[in-house]
Amino acid sequence: MARYIARRLLLAIPVLLGASFLIFAMVFALPGDPVRALGGDRPISAAVANQLRDEYNLDDSLPVQYVKYIGGLAQGDLGTDFSGRPVSEILVQTVPVTVKLALVALAFEAVFGLVAGVLAGIRAKSFFDSLVLVSTTLVVSIPVFVLGFLAQYTLGLKLGLFPIAGVASGFSGYLLPGFVLAALSLAYVARLTRTSLVENLRNDYVRTAKAKGLTPLSVVGKHTLRNSLIPVVTFLGADLGALLSGAVVTEGIFNIPGLGRAVFQAIQSQEGTVVVGIVTLFVFVFIIFNLLVDVLYAALDPRIRYE
Amino acid sequence: MSESSVSTVPTDPGAARGTEVADTATDDLRQASLWSDAWRQLRRNKLFVIAAGLLLVLVVMAVFPQLFTSIKTPAEGGCTNALANSKVGPSADAWFGYDIFGCDQYTNVIYGARVSMIIGVVVVGGATLIGVVLGALAGFFGGWFDVLMARITDIVFGLPLLLGAIIILNVFPSRGLTQVCIALIILGWPTTLRLFRASVISVKDTDYVAAARALGASNGRIILKHILPNAIAPVLVYSTIAVGGIIAAEATLSFLGIGLQQPAISWGLQIGSGQRLIRTAPHIILFPSLFLSVTVLSFILLGDALRDALDPKLR
Repeated sequence: MARYIARRLLLAIPVLLGASFLIFAMVFALPGDPVRALGGDRPISAAVANQLRDEYNLDDSLPVQYVKYIGGLAQGDLGTDFSGRPVSEILVQTVPVTVKLALVALAFEAVFGLVAGVLAGIRAKSFFDSLVLVSTTLVVSIPVFVLGFLAQYTLGLKLGLFPIAGVASGFSGYLLPGFVLAALSLAYVARLTRTSLVENLRNDYVRTAKAKGLTPLSVVGKHTLRNSLIPVVTFLGADLGALLSGAVVTEGIFNIPGLGRAVFQAIQSQEGTVVVGIVTLFVFVFIIFNLLVDVLYAALDPRIRYE
Repeated sequence: MSESSVSTVPTDPGAARGTEVADTATDDLRQASLWSDAWRQLRRNKLFVIAAGLLLVLVVMAVFPQLFTSIKTPAEGGCTNALANSKVGPSADAWFGYDIFGCDQYTNVIYGARVSMIIGVVVVGGATLIGVVLGALAGFFGGWFDVLMARITDIVFGLPLLLGAIIILNVFPSRGLTQVCIALIILGWPTTLRLFRASVISVKDTDYVAAARALGASNGRIILKHILPNAIAPVLVYSTIAVGGIIAAEATLSFLGIGLQQPAISWGLQIGSGQRLIRTAPHIILFPSLFLSVTVLSFILLGDALRDALDPKLR
């Protein structure tokens, strides 16, 4: 197991470097002069411009800029934005907000997705099963931002059940955006759980368990659900990318001061270091999360062993 | 849209045709290649017929929007001095109401179909072409090319679709249809490559490929005539569903203000412009949202029906 994890970690390094250079190169190949953009309509004096260029290594060639950036990264220095605020400070402020939002979304996915999937799976072809199928198909085809407005308008504005935007009112402000962020994955989780459960319920060991006289609860809970969850866990790993992208849209619509909103604002103001810092962090999280998922397989299914 | 859910056990249409020839003399009804069988099953599927019908209407709407509305768009010189109608809700004159400039929202929405359809078809077509060609080479020949492709796709998979698209679109000095297509193709082809590569590998060691090689067929002929028809089904299913996903992605990017720019007509832009008016004029958001969702839904239903028809395991 340790060797397997070590090998996966080594394989992750070129991916991380490649992805961060790709992002870096694209962001810094941006047309337009960020220093001049900083001055707006009034031109910046040559001395100030030169100092800024020097400070942000803007006169070096692209590869040199990248090496300097990675060097700083290794020392925990994510760079500063053009108003002098360190990127790490932005992260400190926004990460807790986004993590909270993601956890709320994950909770919705796990609770509603799994329950709907299990109920539909044990009563395949029933009315509830069809209901889950139809409603998940509908949810999958509504883009996140449309769903966001729909929820904001009906549940927030018309019914007044939830705050419409912002997190000033505390935890309740996270519920609606968390649900919207979760909706798409929730549908997939429900479907995957159902399909996987139906398939596994046909197995011989399930028949044996039933023949032994085990209660239906223990047949499903102990003997079937555990290995039915493998595709679901895989999906959650791959889905983190969608969750992070969705955060940009959801945080924008509901005005949540998290990472997603920070990324979008940074790209619009051409703050290269901020974009690269946050997106590299996203990629880090994404790759490590997928590694964890691989290891989780072995815990869920004793038939899988890593040598 | 997981890869495992679209895997099929390929059967060789060539082999099936072989038995057919013997049968046709006695019984003309027993033609059963994978594709003709799939087509027969599709026609019986009600959801397929509904989805295909909806998409037909949307395609006609994209090609000939004039058939649906006689009002001209601002670009064609329509909708001038109309600010008096700004934000007026739906009525018998204007079914979908008026937008913030006082233009007819029904006309806006009808003309919005074109951009979505073009982007969906161009992006998925491009990504599928690249993915299938490179995937066939990687899967069939393996070796260093396969390793290189695996590493490149690893890196692209490290970028979530929307974030990657935001960054790529920022590289371009001006953003429009072409740029959005390029960004989405760059991020889209690796999925097709992986899917087709896996599918090629599962097919290339079959007996009929060995037989073709023994008869002296070249690699090119083997790939085109024997592997492609047997390995393409999962890609077709994925691509059909992906058209819906790409249309949604374009709308999201335009909504965020980083995809298409005004005065382009796109459902995403229309929803974005109505964003601040959700309290006073919800109809501005409602109708483009409805059309967008129905379009995405149609492609998903079409893909689902195609999967059911092409997957012999489900029969």
